[in-house]
Amino acid sequence: MRPARWRLAPVLLAQLALLGAPTAAPAAATAVPRASLTNIERQVMCVTCKIPLNVAESPQADRERAYIQGLINEGRDEAQIKDALVGQYGSTVLGLPATHGFDLTVYLVPAAVVVALLGLMALVLRRWRRAAHAPAPPPPGSSSLSASDSARLDADLSRFD
Amino acid sequence: MLPVLAALAGAGLVALLIYGVSQQAASRTLDERVASREYPVAPDASSLLPVLDGHGTSSLRSLKGKVVVLNFWASWCQPCEQEAPLLERTQNRLRRDDGTVLGVTYLDATPDSRSFVHHYRLSYPNLRDNTGAFARSYGTDQLPESFIIDRRGRVVAISRGEVDQGFLDRALALAQQA
Repeated sequence: MRPARWRLAPVLLAQLALLGAPTAAPAAATAVPRASLTNIERQVMCVTCKIPLNVAESPQADRERAYIQGLINEGRDEAQIKDALVGQYGSTVLGLPATHGFDLTVYLVPAAVVVALLGLMALVLRRWRRAAHAPAPPPPGSSSLSASDSARLDADLSRFD
Repeated sequence: MLPVLAALAGAGLVALLIYGVSQQAASRTLDERVASREYPVAPDASSLLPVLDGHGTSSLRSLKGKVVVLNFWASWCQPCEQEAPLLERTQNRLRRDDGTVLGVTYLDATPDSRSFVHHYRLSYPNLRDNTGAFARSYGTDQLPESFIIDRRGRVVAISRGEVDQGFLDRALALAQQA
């Protein structure tokens, strides 16, 4: 038969474990979430419905939400959650066009349009400036008409008198 | 001069828009070639994809020499649930003939995919297309879709939708005789 102190050892170990348990549990329970589902929903897409997740209503959208909520519960921040989402669903989940292939036009075309508009503005400004520096038109009455034109004009005007 | 340039720029933007819209549609080149019995080589076969039930990567190429039923699926897809038992029966049949079903999950979260595999007791290997690039190379935009690949790595039949026993029987016979 084992001595009494050895028979008590498992009991003591169990009691020590119980003492440790309450200190660990509240720490997990009181962990403050580092991201919010509402915020992330606004920034990512429902990958099958191809609309923002915050307005999507489908089984897949619900699964995405559940996945995000799981990551929030694990204490991950927004950037980490987005990385995890890209790892699961690909970059389409972020709703941003790729930076290669045809999608590149999404970035290049607006830049080209801005450059074209700036060029157009520069051209128009130059024309305006040139027009401003051009010699002023002769004042009315100072036009030099030929003698015959002048005579014809006088004749025409006299008919209206 | 300016109106001409503006008209050219406008025409360029419209052309770009038309090209962009046409690029959005899933490619059906594979289907056309299979329909005309050209049997093209399976695209992107060497692309390394993460293994669903563990660490590491694998590719379709690693199965060369086997008849493969390449099946794109996701846990949220109802027809995928319908066809899963049939695919598992097909796997049992193919295993005897040195073939396999190869599942590829698409737009699905790993925990959900794993639950699906567990729920339907799927014994065939599954990979994750985590970027969607592999699925795109097959023109996949809806699920499920299945591609029957012969021992030489050529696509001999395509099912864009749920597979049935009749399709699998015909397609596998074709793949095994090719």
